[in-house]
Amino acid sequence: MSDESVRDEGFDDFLDAVESGEGFYLECPEGHGSLPPRRVCPHCGQGDLAEVALPESGAVATHTTVHVPAPEFADDAPYVTAVVDFGAVRLTGQIRDIDPEEVGVGTAVAPAVDETETTGERILVFRPR
Amino acid sequence: MTGVRVAGVGLTHFGKHPERTGRDLFAEACQRALDDAGVERSAIEGLNYGNFMGELAEHQGHQGPLMAEAAGIDAPATRYESACASSGVALREAVKDVRNGEDDVLLVGGAERMNNLGTAGTTEALAIAADDLYEVRAGMTFPAAYALMAKAYFDAYGGTREDLAEIAVKNHENALPNEHAQFQREISVDEALDAPMVAEPLGLYDACPITDGASALVLVSDEYADERGLDAPVAVTGTGQGGDKMALQDREYLARTPAAEKAAEEAYADAGIAPTDVAAAEVHDCFTIAEVLALEALDFYAPGEGIGAAARGETTRDGDLPVNLSGGLKAKGHPVGATGTSQVAEMTRLLRGDHPNSDAVDGDVGVAHNAGGTVASTTVHVLEVAK
Repeated sequence: MSDESVRDEGFDDFLDAVESGEGFYLECPEGHGSLPPRRVCPHCGQGDLAEVALPESGAVATHTTVHVPAPEFADDAPYVTAVVDFGAVRLTGQIRDIDPEEVGVGTAVAPAVDETETTGERILVFRPR
Repeated sequence: MTGVRVAGVGLTHFGKHPERTGRDLFAEACQRALDDAGVERSAIEGLNYGNFMGELAEHQGHQGPLMAEAAGIDAPATRYESACASSGVALREAVKDVRNGEDDVLLVGGAERMNNLGTAGTTEALAIAADDLYEVRAGMTFPAAYALMAKAYFDAYGGTREDLAEIAVKNHENALPNEHAQFQREISVDEALDAPMVAEPLGLYDACPITDGASALVLVSDEYADERGLDAPVAVTGTGQGGDKMALQDREYLARTPAAEKAAEEAYADAGIAPTDVAAAEVHDCFTIAEVLALEALDFYAPGEGIGAAARGETTRDGDLPVNLSGGLKAKGHPVGATGTSQVAEMTRLLRGDHPNSDAVDGDVGVAHNAGGTVASTTVHVLEVAK
């Protein structure tokens, strides 16, 4: 996980795209959304997945403030983890630059890539819009 | 198709045994189950064994044959891994095996050694039951995942931290007389609410402890029980299993557990019973909110209605449907791979009358609900006193 010489093809491409402001998700012919890597849609099994631009803004679907982290996030705690709704797809990441008390279901956020305090790993984050 | 009986059950004490190996814990549970069944080791035709984190906790893979050796049996042995539902799945496969006539006598169980990893190590090990790319990399811990479900539940249906605390209080009270339980002590709602936060809205007392322990069952066919004159009054009459997307973000519901709904529906149909026939349930309360989700998935309550069940006294030992009379994962403990078969061991004792809380059970039908990960896998089993 910490070895930068080995990428997780697909997922790291996705993080690269979000980092350069060109976030995307995969859409199947039925309109189901998912994240790479995928060969078929996890919801209906169809192939022919197309990269579709991620909306600029998503809405928090659920969130928590983590006080007891795993060791790789020891110096990050407390941090806010959220599942954010972007329409056809939902993403999981940490919400940054906002008072945890201000986060609620429906809070509008934008996706970005940042680093963790503890290991410097790249991580999907959301910032308030 | 033959019926399947639980001929014997065995449990170790659930708790902190950091110095005891998984193989030692499992050997103890098996000895107890064999003694309880009155079945000879040489009669065992196979071992189905559940374990989740053996590679991380004990640097040990390939645990099937190792555990057969520890139990002193000479038979094919297979490890089943389905996160916290590992031994539930091991049991389901054993039930199918006995039903289809492949075997007449099987040993089924599970074990987990966790305390030797410490809190941080266990948190890390348990987290791998979530999706590594989409969830663990974002700092998701297991309590965090259930906190996300709890928050989604509160947002959709309402509910408070007090409602969750009442579940913890109930399960601690149930564990008081259970000699196998990790926590044999009462707690109050205020104590639960004042405990340190783990992942909001879940505090320390909303979470099950880190537990070492093992459980084992001896399963036999009806014919074998009858021929040998075994005292085996409890039968497994229904089995079901359901699945869901691995990551919460890809689920249709964040505040419901369809994998458990499917498992329950299948198990009820298999046994030919309705939820209203159930007299007691052992459900997978790894966190207090998980008990609520389980009660609704098992169709004891409509979605959004299960949250106040403990506070209203409906699921307490004096209620209409006592839930987690063993103390549940919350107070009895949760040695992950051992949990599924431990629930069935407890329900068997509850139904046959030799559990310290048996007097709270008014009826002959019990269910056991065992969930893996954030309920991406679930098994449900129906147990009945054989007519």
